[in-house]
Amino acid sequence: MSTDVSIPLKQRLAARGLDGLTLLVVPAVLFLLALFIYPFLYGLFLSFEPKQGGVFANYQRFFSDSFLYGTIGTTLWLALPVTIATLALAIPIAFRVRLMRNQRLLTTILVIPITLGTVLVAEGLLNYLGPQGWFNRTLMTLGLISSPVKLLHNYWGVMLSLVITGFPFTFLLTLSYLSGIDPALEQAGATLGAGPWERFKHILFPLLLPGLAITFCLSFVQAFSVFPSAVLLGAPAGPTRVISIAAYQAAFEEYDYSMASAVAMIMALVQLAIVVAVLAARGLLYRGPAGGGKG
Amino acid sequence: MTINAASFRELRLDRLSRDFGSHNALKDVSLTIGKGEFIALLGPSGCGKSTTLNLIAGLLPATGGGIWLDDKRIDPLRPEERGFGMVFQNYALFPHMSVNRNIGFGLKMRGVPRAEIDRRVAEAAALVRLQGQTEKLPGQLSGGQQQRVAIARAIVVEPPLVLMDEPLSNLDAKLRLEMRAEIRRIHNTLGATTIYVTHDQEEALSLADRIVVLRDGVVRQVGTPEDLFSRPDHLDVAEFMGFRNKVKGQVASAAEGRATVAVGEAQIAGRTRNAVTAGAEAWLAIRPEDLHPVAAGQPGLTAQVVSTEFRGREFVGFARMADGTDLSFLAHDKLSPGETVTLAAEPDRVLVYGGAA
Repeated sequence: MSTDVSIPLKQRLAARGLDGLTLLVVPAVLFLLALFIYPFLYGLFLSFEPKQGGVFANYQRFFSDSFLYGTIGTTLWLALPVTIATLALAIPIAFRVRLMRNQRLLTTILVIPITLGTVLVAEGLLNYLGPQGWFNRTLMTLGLISSPVKLLHNYWGVMLSLVITGFPFTFLLTLSYLSGIDPALEQAGATLGAGPWERFKHILFPLLLPGLAITFCLSFVQAFSVFPSAVLLGAPAGPTRVISIAAYQAAFEEYDYSMASAVAMIMALVQLAIVVAVLAARGLLYRGPAGGGKG
Repeated sequence: MTINAASFRELRLDRLSRDFGSHNALKDVSLTIGKGEFIALLGPSGCGKSTTLNLIAGLLPATGGGIWLDDKRIDPLRPEERGFGMVFQNYALFPHMSVNRNIGFGLKMRGVPRAEIDRRVAEAAALVRLQGQTEKLPGQLSGGQQQRVAIARAIVVEPPLVLMDEPLSNLDAKLRLEMRAEIRRIHNTLGATTIYVTHDQEEALSLADRIVVLRDGVVRQVGTPEDLFSRPDHLDVAEFMGFRNKVKGQVASAAEGRATVAVGEAQIAGRTRNAVTAGAEAWLAIRPEDLHPVAAGQPGLTAQVVSTEFRGREFVGFARMADGTDLSFLAHDKLSPGETVTLAAEPDRVLVYGGAA
């Protein structure tokens, strides 16, 4: 005596999470395929079809020319300090803002630089930090310096503009991670005798660290792809000749798209290496919920 | 057992107040708590009981009055300088630390040597019956076990005062009964002074030496569980203590702590709890378990049965009087909805409160 107990295909698919709703991801998948996967693969293959030489000729050229491979160091030397500086600024400010009742106003003010865009910030800094700008004139009026400090068209100009444009993003991310920590944990620490510094060291910082690792990665990737401020505020021929400038020159000055693709691939690999290293270190940390109980 | 509560004579709240903007969460609360007492702060949500606890712990600054530990004024001190143990409603265990490190945190902050921390943590874990669980992270424990860690963490530093903020409200009914007994056992073992916040009158009655009933930021009554249970001073305290039936009437006669109140046609006798004058309005407060159906014609409240629920030994009945007042009562037999019943209680079990509710 046997009855047909087979389950319809539709129901079996639904049990595996595939139903009509799944179709909603189709536009996003198409978008990714068209605008990310395809260009990426296209660039990858293009980089192995150099104008002259063997398959790896572009890569050989990049790593044998110090004018090219040097850009990796230059970019890291900008992106890593900028990321660390924005985090170092964002953490204490987020700690203060977290306790405020009128968070929204301050958060809005801090976030404005995001809406301005890199170019406007660069233009502003050109006026503000220039030899005749307020900054130098104020310092000279106060007698702190006798001749203008050179903050433009060198490393510091780019560094400052990256910190300004990168800060809001880093700050918002840090604040949201910090707000995710149950305030009762800090209160519990206090009733157990921990002062503010000990509460930060033993409770808040360890719980914040995994979030900071993610924030670090995202901020770093943003800073690493710097282009406008390196050109406008830096010395694009020298100390701030970052890797994106090398790619730009290969593409639009030498018209060697294959070489430009190779530079872009190297850029992606360097970013990936740093991000993987940070995420691997994060894997060693506690990453569970930042709440104090089941409730 | 070497865990012992540090000694002091009394904790005194002196006209303690706390405002949130224009809202007075706590108004002039004065209270003296002796060493070794188990005090329950009882009241509905929003009554100021958690505010009181946070003020004592130092997590919230007072806006008026002071807190004294013997002759020392402690309200200007920060929480880390007070050294009270606190058990939070959601336990607030450090999720990234093992049970051992959670319990030992307070000792570490006090600079206790490593070997002594290990010894005392092991003792505290044994006291709350957590042996064998101490290397786990809090997330790997059940709710009841987390609760035990929270208690061990609060008491291991031998605080003069243990503060508990609704510690059992996140547990299921069976575990709540177990942990209730456990908390009382630990209190007795340590001889600690405990202040326990709850909205559950049963919990307060079974745990506390003295109960402080708060309402709208004001102390309504302080007394032993027996006092509060049988002699509530106010109608609202009575309601909170299970006198769920409130019936309005007119005082027919009053003398020597007894009064007769006219409710419609019926004359109900009871004990007075405050000034009651003949002719004035008064409220009767009666527990459902004291109100039973009697034969028609006997003195009692007349009402129509709305429904009955079977509760094992008896039925719980719900009835409505002609003026719309709802009554709950106990009956031995099932009654059908719509039936008219006369409900009466022993005069000793009926409380009479004069004045407006």
